[in-house]
Amino acid sequence: MSGLIKSSLARKYAMALSGLFLIVFLLQHFTINFISVFSEEVFNQVSHFMGNNPAVQFLLQPILIFGVLFHFTMGFVLEYQNRNSRSQNYAENKGFANSSWMSRNMIWSGAVVLSFLGLHFYDFWFPEMNYKYIEVLPEDPNRYFEEMVHKFVSPFRVGFYAVSFVFLMLHLLHGFSSSFQSVGLNNKYTKGLKSFTIAFSILIPVGFIYIAFFHHLNA
Amino acid sequence: MNLNLKIWRQANTTAQGKMETYPIENVSPDMSFLEMMDVLNEQLINKGIDPVAFDHDCREGICGMCSMYINGEAHGPDRLVTTCQLHMRKFKDGETITIEPFRANAFPVVKDLAVDRSAFDRIQHAGGFVSVNTSGNTQDANAIPINKHDADNAFDAATCIGCGACVASCKNASAMLFVSAKVSQYALLPQGKVEAADRVLNMVKQMDEEGFGNCTNTGACEVECPKGISLENIARMNREYLAASAKG
Amino acid sequence: MTNLDSKIPKGPLSDKWTNHKSHINLVSPANKRLIDVIVVGTGLAGASAAATLAELGYNVKAFCFQDSPRRAHSIAAQGGINAAKNYQGDGDSTYRLFYDTIKGGDYRSREANVHRLAEVSTNIIDQCVAQGVPFARDYGGLLDNRSFGGVLVSRTFYAKGQTGQQLLLGAYSAMNRQIGRGKIKIYNRHEMMDLVLVDGKARGIIARNLVTGQIERHGAHAVVVASGGYGNIFFLSTNAMGSNVSAGWKIHQKGAHFANPCFTQIHPTCIPVSGDHQSKLTLMSESLRNDGRIWVPKNMEDVQGIREGKLKPTDLKEEDRDYYLERRYPAFGNLVPRDVASRAAKERCDAGFGVNKTGEAVYLDFVAAITRYGKEQAHVKGLDEDDTVLVKKLGQEVVRSKYGNLFQMYEKIVDQNPYEMPMMIYPAVHYTMGGVWVDYNLMTSIPGCYAIGEANFSDHGANRLGASALMQGLADGYFVLPYTIGDYLSNDIRTGPISTDAPEFDAAEKTVKDKIHLFLTNKGKNSVDHYHKKLGKIMWDKCGMSRNAKGLKEAMAEIKALREDFYKNVNVPGTDSEFNEQLAKAGRVSDFLELGELFAKDALERLESCGGHFREESQTPEGEAMRDDQNFTFVSAWEYKGEPADAVLHKEELNYEEIEVKTRSYK
Repeated sequence: MSGLIKSSLARKYAMALSGLFLIVFLLQHFTINFISVFSEEVFNQVSHFMGNNPAVQFLLQPILIFGVLFHFTMGFVLEYQNRNSRSQNYAENKGFANSSWMSRNMIWSGAVVLSFLGLHFYDFWFPEMNYKYIEVLPEDPNRYFEEMVHKFVSPFRVGFYAVSFVFLMLHLLHGFSSSFQSVGLNNKYTKGLKSFTIAFSILIPVGFIYIAFFHHLNA
Repeated sequence: MNLNLKIWRQANTTAQGKMETYPIENVSPDMSFLEMMDVLNEQLINKGIDPVAFDHDCREGICGMCSMYINGEAHGPDRLVTTCQLHMRKFKDGETITIEPFRANAFPVVKDLAVDRSAFDRIQHAGGFVSVNTSGNTQDANAIPINKHDADNAFDAATCIGCGACVASCKNASAMLFVSAKVSQYALLPQGKVEAADRVLNMVKQMDEEGFGNCTNTGACEVECPKGISLENIARMNREYLAASAKG
Repeated sequence: MTNLDSKIPKGPLSDKWTNHKSHINLVSPANKRLIDVIVVGTGLAGASAAATLAELGYNVKAFCFQDSPRRAHSIAAQGGINAAKNYQGDGDSTYRLFYDTIKGGDYRSREANVHRLAEVSTNIIDQCVAQGVPFARDYGGLLDNRSFGGVLVSRTFYAKGQTGQQLLLGAYSAMNRQIGRGKIKIYNRHEMMDLVLVDGKARGIIARNLVTGQIERHGAHAVVVASGGYGNIFFLSTNAMGSNVSAGWKIHQKGAHFANPCFTQIHPTCIPVSGDHQSKLTLMSESLRNDGRIWVPKNMEDVQGIREGKLKPTDLKEEDRDYYLERRYPAFGNLVPRDVASRAAKERCDAGFGVNKTGEAVYLDFVAAITRYGKEQAHVKGLDEDDTVLVKKLGQEVVRSKYGNLFQMYEKIVDQNPYEMPMMIYPAVHYTMGGVWVDYNLMTSIPGCYAIGEANFSDHGANRLGASALMQGLADGYFVLPYTIGDYLSNDIRTGPISTDAPEFDAAEKTVKDKIHLFLTNKGKNSVDHYHKKLGKIMWDKCGMSRNAKGLKEAMAEIKALREDFYKNVNVPGTDSEFNEQLAKAGRVSDFLELGELFAKDALERLESCGGHFREESQTPEGEAMRDDQNFTFVSAWEYKGEPADAVLHKEELNYEEIEVKTRSYK
């Protein structure tokens, strides 16, 4: 077992599994956000539940934060190691001839997503934490929709939001299907699975962007 | 054909290297790339310049000795061939061709375009075998029937020639395709299953110690592999390793 | 001329090996730990010997000039490996394999050795399967076989067109296991420069580290040379660029006899030479002759038309084609042995019917096979058997699954699609049956020095059958040498480690260094390759597929003159303390320049035609080879006396107890 922790393959599994976990979270997050397009009321109810249920707040939320921290820290560690495995670079290298742009630039797409997460935390999570646990303001189960729509007023923020999700799309286009390969799944279902991951990787970010524009235009 | 060759020159492992340019004339399109290099070396010798060192031996694409990173790709622009089977008809008259050694810290340059791939050997020493004595006192070859599909897949994995193009092409200089091909060959055959768990653990451990990078599934190795070794082997090794680790 | 003692054990042929193994001396496991063995070369013979010796308990040092043992040229063998398993139930047996090999070798091999080879052949397959060698299998999961030239059964085991690769990787894996255990110490990128004799026994070698240039001394109780054949003496051959005779030649210079140097196999199906730049020739496996038909045009006008590009081979009607092998040898047809097929191709090309611009190529055509397989497939699938487009497509798929990698290789080299156009092929030097003379125990004339695999003069007589080289290499390495060497080493259990400080090591090292110094300070005007190419041309023109007294005498004189010029005018750039390929090559070519002359002398001396050796003076009225059993049923073993022309001939008479010596006929 100790070998598993140190080995390059263990790191590979860890990246894959943390990535898959984040994808599941992403889907859940998307579902809730998407509700806001249809119903302010339901959106507020669900948000309230997520924001105040102890299991979500004290169990799932820490796991999620750990997952996020782990995935990007490990991503940087791996990138550092990988760069160190070739000290002298090629004078000419045709990476595009044998691999996708996405697969070669996970560190950059990841970095953009990370910077977006910074903004996202600044916009939503820190105020939330402040509201609930520091200032301990009175509970208002109907504040969520308003708060959200407010964030989508600025065209710059919406623009950055959209760009970030394009990078998330690029990140997912390689990362999602790649994580199955990492944990050893490569068989007759791979082709179908790959089509599914591509569809997912495009539709979900596009959905998020749609939501942003929707609220921006309807605000 | 007339060509301009930009070639990496490095006197030995510790020396500083640099790119040098050499023009070459009257190259026939029917020449193999290495034959073109022979012509260049003959010209350099006659001019009193040290010939370019490069590894080569069988010149029929099977020994795995030739390497070279040509115009940004391992074994050059053609697919499913080694450099010795790459022919000059794949290039244009007047073209500038960049020729570098396979680069990875685990493959130190020996001289010019020749690199030291003994890391691959050491990975094999760690477990690339079936522990059966060569006494000849084994059971009859047909005693264990092997499913044709498995036998064919094991063969496909076993066709790896150990050239290192996978490492050279990988942006992370990862050796996963090479190691997984060997692990897969044995994992697919009943003879190799007995010690499959130890094998994969030991070979991966040695691979990590040699300083290869981590696999990020870019798939470049599979595309550049002159023998078309499939990424499925890497997935198989990932499975094998997980199962072996779980066992303890 | 003395007769050589081949130390063949007494008793009936089929019991010799078993009895011999039971009676020779052994070394106890405790004592094996005290004994060192050097193995030079890591091909099938060397790798399997090193692995087995280490497994038995000896300390092995293995040397190869390549960057890894796995690169040895055994890796390039394509077609397969023979074994008398009789899995196909087509009447095969140890005796039949033994008989076919002797007959194929044109009755110039040692009966006892060949019988032993046939006996252990089945063990090889068991061994390799146990090691995880992925041989081809049928749908029932059992091993598949194909048939090869010169035999009437299917006994060839194969792994697509990469059998040599798979077998070598098997032997390499056995070596890896012992390297991991510390029982083999491997010296990659090292070249054996000389053999060291102490008190007349082989006690070590001088080796050169090809990366640093350092000269190293290595002591051992026995030295095994497994350095392969010398086909590269022809410059153009199917051998690897680095394949050389040097290890064999060095031990010859130290007293090992060199046997039958003129027995060279010229393989009928190679890709023809395309120009002066060519550095090597590529083989197209003999297995292709299972399905390909060999032909040239019947009429000279068609030949002209094809050469000028006005006609395509596919334009020629069936009756305008000359399937000369089927015409001359109806019983074996396209599957006649290699020497016969090669000479027949040369005969047609010499008569002016060659089909490429140099006039040195014949067609190997798969149209008949594609149609046959296509119809079969159409029938199986219930499709229209008269739909030619469909039949062609289905047939091509079958051919692709059988020979895909070979067809791909051909297309990459020639830039023509062999599924549509017949392949062009021509004979090329492929294998050398001759080599260092060894007795039944595989020991050379030097005590403690052994030669195995293609490096020895071997079991193939004057011609080797397809798929037998792999068999012999592995038989020697896995199953013969590890036992016979014990008989000699049992006298060495009290010797202790061999010191490399002995004056003999000093002397050998000095010789090596002097020669390197000579090359580097010569500063002549010609490159090493210049001489190698010239030597190759002399060899091909005068010692090739057809030889005569006049040409051979000229060859001897020309090679001698070329050698003298080499030492005066060769230019070797660089220094002795770096990775210097030209320097390594210079040493190898200098040995070829001596061997070449001995080769011609041997060919001149053997005034008969047998196997791959065809003397124009000795042929039947129809132009078939004519043996002279009365005067030449012997092995020529040459003793080194300085100049190759002065070499002294020793004869090993060949006695056939079991087999009746007959004229070889494949008609």
